[in-house]
Amino acid sequence: MKNKILPFSVIVIFGIIFFIFYKGLEDSKIYTPDVNIKKEIPVFNSKEFFSGENVKSLSIFELDKFYLLNIWSSWCVPCRQEHPFLMNLNLDNEVNIIGMNYKDNLKNAENFLKELGNPYKEIFIDLDGTIAIEWGAYGVPESFLIYNNEIIKKYIGPLNQELVNEINLLIK
Amino acid sequence: MIYSLIGYYSLIIGLIIGLSLFYFSYKNFKNSNILDTKILSFTFLQLFFVVISFLCLIFSFVISDFSNETVFNNSHTSKPLFYKISGTWGNHEGSLLLWLLVLTLFIFLFLVRTKNQPVKYKILTLVFQQIIIVGFFLFLIKTSNPFNYIFPIPTEGLGLNPILQDPALAIHPPVLYLGYVGSSIIFSSVLAATSLKIISTSWASHIKKWILISWIFLTLGILLGSIWAYYELGWGGFWFWDPVENVSLMPWLALTTLLHCILVLEKKSILTSWVIILSIATFTLSMCGTFLVRSGILNSVHTFANDPERGLFILVFLFILIFLSILIFFFFHKDNDRKSYSFFWLSKETAILINNWFMMYFLSVVLIGTVYPIFLDVVSSQKISVGPPFYHKLIIPFLIPFLLMMAIGPKLKWIKSQLEDKIYLVSFLIISILLAFLVLKNFNQNVLINTILISSALYLFFMTLRDFFVKKYKNISQNIAHFGFSLLILSILFNNLFATEIITNLKVGETFENSKTKIVFESVDQKKEQNYNAIIANFFISNQNGEEDRLSPELRIYNQPVIATSEADIKTTLMSDKFIVINLVQNQDFFNVRYQVKPFMLWIWLSVILLSLGGIVSFLQKRS
Repeated sequence: MKNKILPFSVIVIFGIIFFIFYKGLEDSKIYTPDVNIKKEIPVFNSKEFFSGENVKSLSIFELDKFYLLNIWSSWCVPCRQEHPFLMNLNLDNEVNIIGMNYKDNLKNAENFLKELGNPYKEIFIDLDGTIAIEWGAYGVPESFLIYNNEIIKKYIGPLNQELVNEINLLIK
Repeated sequence: MIYSLIGYYSLIIGLIIGLSLFYFSYKNFKNSNILDTKILSFTFLQLFFVVISFLCLIFSFVISDFSNETVFNNSHTSKPLFYKISGTWGNHEGSLLLWLLVLTLFIFLFLVRTKNQPVKYKILTLVFQQIIIVGFFLFLIKTSNPFNYIFPIPTEGLGLNPILQDPALAIHPPVLYLGYVGSSIIFSSVLAATSLKIISTSWASHIKKWILISWIFLTLGILLGSIWAYYELGWGGFWFWDPVENVSLMPWLALTTLLHCILVLEKKSILTSWVIILSIATFTLSMCGTFLVRSGILNSVHTFANDPERGLFILVFLFILIFLSILIFFFFHKDNDRKSYSFFWLSKETAILINNWFMMYFLSVVLIGTVYPIFLDVVSSQKISVGPPFYHKLIIPFLIPFLLMMAIGPKLKWIKSQLEDKIYLVSFLIISILLAFLVLKNFNQNVLINTILISSALYLFFMTLRDFFVKKYKNISQNIAHFGFSLLILSILFNNLFATEIITNLKVGETFENSKTKIVFESVDQKKEQNYNAIIANFFISNQNGEEDRLSPELRIYNQPVIATSEADIKTTLMSDKFIVINLVQNQDFFNVRYQVKPFMLWIWLSVILLSLGGIVSFLQKRS
C-alpha cells in the first residue's frame, strides 16, 4: 500500500500544475485594476533622488491636480519597455509624473534616466522597499493615478499605449 | 503556390505514415526476432516527406511567395537571400516544422545506428518517438499550418523582425533545436528501456552517445544565443535571466546531470532512477519551454507568438507525455539500488552524486524563478518580476562547494578511494587562495565571498591544468570540459568584477574625458543598405595606457517592418572587449553614449567552446 502513495501524490502534484498553467492561459494579459481604488494615499518621508534632501509626501502631492506615481527601477526590464510611454505621457503635461525609485543603485538609476530620458517631475527614493509596501505595491513597475490625495486607479505591470490612452481619458 | 500545396500534402502523408507505423510496430513487436524492414523504410519515408515539406517552405521564402501566409507575415522582397532562408525558422510555424524535422531525423538515425540492442527495445523507442511526432504533426496541421493560403495575394510581405536579421541568430535555432529536440530520443529510449527492464551498463554506453550529441548542440546553441544577445540587444551583458533564456538553461542543467549519471551507470550499474527521471525531465523541460514561449503565458523579449489555442494544445500534449512517463516509471521500474549497493563516502560516485544534488538545486532555482511568477499570478493575481539579483544570490554561494567537488571528484576512484598525494591537493588550494587574494587586493575588490569564489574557481583551474600534463590523456574529455568550466566561471567573475562603464550624452564634435578615458565623438555618417538605413557614429577613444581605438556604432532603421535598432561596435582583443553603443534620445540633438570595457569577454565564449569540445572528444572516443 505504501508504495502506491508516492505515484499517486506525484500525479496529483502534476495535476495541480496542469490546472494552474491552464488557468494561466485563460487569463488575459491585460491588467485589470481592482484593488485600492479610492483610497487615501499613505503619508511618508523620503529622500529626493538628485539632491538627497528629505521630502515629505504632503509637499509632493497637491490637491486638485492629477499625479501619476510610477514605481521603477533600473534593474527592471519591463520598466525599460514602459519608459517611452511615460516620456510621451509627460509631453502633454496634464499629469505630473512622480517617480519612486525602488530598491535601486542610485548610479545605475541615474544612468537609466540619462539613457532613456527623465519623465518625472520629482523622484524620491525607496531604498529598502518599505514605502512601496505602504502603498500596497506588488513589485516594479507599477503606477498609481492620484487625484485629491486619493488613488483613483492602479496599474500593475508596465504601461502600454492602451493604458496611456485610458489615463489620458481619465484626466480630461 | 505549388510549393505550399506540396509542402502541406507532404505533412499529411507524414502524419499518415506516423499512424501506420504504430500498426507495423504492433505487428513486429508480437513477433520480434528481427526488425521489420517496412518499419525502417517507413521511418525513412516520413523523414523524406518532412524534408520535402521543409524545403518547400524554404523555397516559398526564397521566391517570396506571398500567397503563403507564413511568408507574408515574416518576409519581404527587399531582404537579403540569407535572411529570407533564415526567416523560415524565425517564426512560429517554421520553427515547429524544424522541430518535426529534428524529431524524425533523430529517430531515423537511431534506428539505423543502434546495433547490439534488443529488437523490442528499438520498436518500443520508435513507438514512443512516434507518439511525440504524431502529436507535433497534429499540432502543426491543426493550429499552426505553415502553408496557409491567402487570397487575394499580397504584393509585399510584412518583413522579419530586424533583431532577428543577424547571422548568429540565423543559425542559433537549428543548432539549439538539435540539442533541445534531440533530447526526445533520450526520452523515448529511456521509456522503452524502462518498460522492457533492460537498463544496464551496455544500454548506458549506447545511450551515452545520444546524450552527448544533444548536450553538445544544446551547449553551442545556448552559446550562439548568448553571443547574439551580447551584441544585438545592446545592454553589454551576455545573460539576462530572461524566461526564454532560462528555458534553454534548464534542459541543459538536467542534461549535464544526466550525462554524469550515465557515466556512473555505465561503470557501476547504479543511479538508474536518476537516469530515468533526468531523461524524462530533460525532454519535458524542453517541451515546457516550447509551451512557455509559444503560448504567450509569459512576456519576454523572445515571445513573438501569442495564441492561447496553441498554448492549450502543447499544454495538454505535454501533460499526456508527463503522465505517460510517470505511469511507466512507477509501474515498471523497481529500484534495487538500496539493497545491493551502499555508497562509500570517499568515492567518485559519491562526488558525482553530491554535485548532482547541487545541479538539481540550480535547476530548481531557475525553474522557480521562471515559473513562480505565473503561479502567483494565477493563484493570487499578484504580479512579481524576478530579476538577476534573485538568481545571483541563490546560485553564486553554492558554486563554491560545487567547484571544489568538481576539482577533487575526478581524482577519486570508483567504489572506494583514499586521497593520495594530499600534499599537492592542499598546496594547490593554498596557492589558489593566495592568488585570488592578491588579485582582488590589487583591484580594491576585497569582498570575502569574491575571494573564496575565485579561489575555488582557480583551484579547479589549476587541478585540471595539471592533469593535462600528468594524467597521460586517461580521461581527456572530462578534463577539457572541467577545465573549460573553471575558465568560464573565472571569466564571468573577472568580467563582472572588473568591467568599467561610462554613460554620457554627447553631441557631434564633443569630447568626454575623465582620468582614465577620453572619448571623442568625431562625426556622423549615413549608410543605405538593402534592408535598412543606418546612421554611423564615429568615435575616437584613448585611455591612459596609450591605447587608441576607433569605434563606429550604428543606429539602424529597418524598412520592413519599420523598427529602429542600435548596433553596438565591439573591439575584441584577447584580454578585453571594448563595447560602445549609441541611442537616440527623443527630441534631443545629442546621443546617449554607453562605453564599456569588459575584460575576458572573449574567454567566456572560448571556455564554452572548450566545454563542448570536451563533449565532442568524448563522443569521438572509442569505447575502451
